[in-house]
Amino acid sequence: MKHWRSPTSDHPLTRLVFMLIAVSVVATFLVLPLATVFSEALSKGFSVAWTAVDEPDARAAIRLTLMVAAIAVPLNAAFGLAASWAIAKFDFRGKQFLTTLIDLPFSISPVVSGLIYVLIFGLQGWLGSTLRDWDFKVIFALPGIVLATMFVTFPFVVRELIPLMTDQGRDEEEAATSLGASGFQTFLRVTLPNIKWGLLYGVLLCNARAMGEFGAVSVVSGHIRGLTDTMPLHVEVLYNEYQYVGAFAVASILALLAILTLVFKSLLEWHFADEIAATHRH
Amino acid sequence: MSLVVDSVVKRFERFPALNGVSLTAPQGAFLALVGPSGSGKTTLLRILGGLEFPDSGSVHFADLNWLDVPARDRRAGFVFQQYALFKHMTVAQNIGFGLSVRPRRQRPSRREIARRVEELLALVQLEGFAKRYPNQLSGGQRQRVALARALAIEPRLLLLDEPFGALDAKVRKELRGWLRALHERMGITSVFVTHDQEEAFALADLVAIMNAGKIEQYGTPEDVRRAPKTAFVAEFLEIVPHQKSAAGQYRNDRYST
Repeated sequence: MKHWRSPTSDHPLTRLVFMLIAVSVVATFLVLPLATVFSEALSKGFSVAWTAVDEPDARAAIRLTLMVAAIAVPLNAAFGLAASWAIAKFDFRGKQFLTTLIDLPFSISPVVSGLIYVLIFGLQGWLGSTLRDWDFKVIFALPGIVLATMFVTFPFVVRELIPLMTDQGRDEEEAATSLGASGFQTFLRVTLPNIKWGLLYGVLLCNARAMGEFGAVSVVSGHIRGLTDTMPLHVEVLYNEYQYVGAFAVASILALLAILTLVFKSLLEWHFADEIAATHRH
Repeated sequence: MSLVVDSVVKRFERFPALNGVSLTAPQGAFLALVGPSGSGKTTLLRILGGLEFPDSGSVHFADLNWLDVPARDRRAGFVFQQYALFKHMTVAQNIGFGLSVRPRRQRPSRREIARRVEELLALVQLEGFAKRYPNQLSGGQRQRVALARALAIEPRLLLLDEPFGALDAKVRKELRGWLRALHERMGITSVFVTHDQEEAFALADLVAIMNAGKIEQYGTPEDVRRAPKTAFVAEFLEIVPHQKSAAGQYRNDRYST
């Protein structure tokens, strides 16, 4: 009896070739570099790497990066939620323009994004003298770093949510309203549960980028060691000073934070698999 | 508690959806809006539910200026074409939603809500389904959950948008008779939209035949059938036998060769 192959499946050899290509690409471009980061960091032993991370400037950089992410990510989650809610659920003039504008941070070079803030808030900028009179530092200080990070990471949550919310339509919200729910009740009990996985995913991506952002932050930070150097900036400083172990040790922590983010996401997905399946459109 | 719609006009960006629609229905009537797609029937239903607003004209229900009543205060049970069940809630949570979002003072206790949900589940013949999620139900079951959810708020007006549109013929016939019986038992005013004239005539006390944003004829099924007022109505009523013979013809052509 002839063995028929399903019309959508390929020849086993084709499959093997494609799998080999995929695996080798992943190995060369993702696994190998990541492994190098850790092996370089530990090349002179764990204690040397640990000392490099445990000195005051490195600790300050780690603290600053975590603080920037802790401020920028929740704010971007809130703004992103508001923007995608407005875009997906309502019709208004300039909607297309707003959607394009939201993508701007992705298409602009991060260095330019940083420069924008220097031009606005810097000493020679539009608001520079006013801010100096109030004795409020934006550029070369925490507020500037947070602003630049927020600008660069703004699209992550929105891009995740708009397709999701558009796809889900307004039916369930209309149903909730006709059943007597207020706008806030509808949002809290119908909209939010429906988008929470998309929101979480956007927030995680946003967080990963917020901790790793280099270009925009580099322009507004001023590289004051122990004060305005974030982890990526600190890695560059150490590398330029030929402190390879230190540079890779700090880089390892950055990589670990990224891996932790992914593990956290997978754990949530695994734990709530049933619920994700239930809220998925049928 | 009669329903009075007077000269309602609604335009969307490109096309007029309703071109001066007027009708009156007494309390407890079962009213069908029937017509081809794009005739404005769903728009009219959405206006009655407060999900859409007319550009001009007026709607009165239960001696209220109905357009001044916000959707959430209308107590108009709306059953959507695609059911619009809350996917992340169980059947019981779906049905109890309308009660659980009431302001604290009017909100029944948890136990009372659970009791009402049980009652409604029995009413729509879905006992034992309380803990299921909508995606674990068949189309007909989802339809009945949507209906129970709308009935939970003790609606003054029941609005149904193509309630049987997505169901197969057998289930559709079953639910149809059941819905009519339910309507009579509850004594509320119901309006439903359909493009199936057979369904409209079998179910409703009053039918409004709509075409291009206007009501071509409005009356009891008997009156409309006996004396079609316009060429469109006559044609629309004939469509069913006509289509059947055409389909038979097609089948013959195809299979005789």
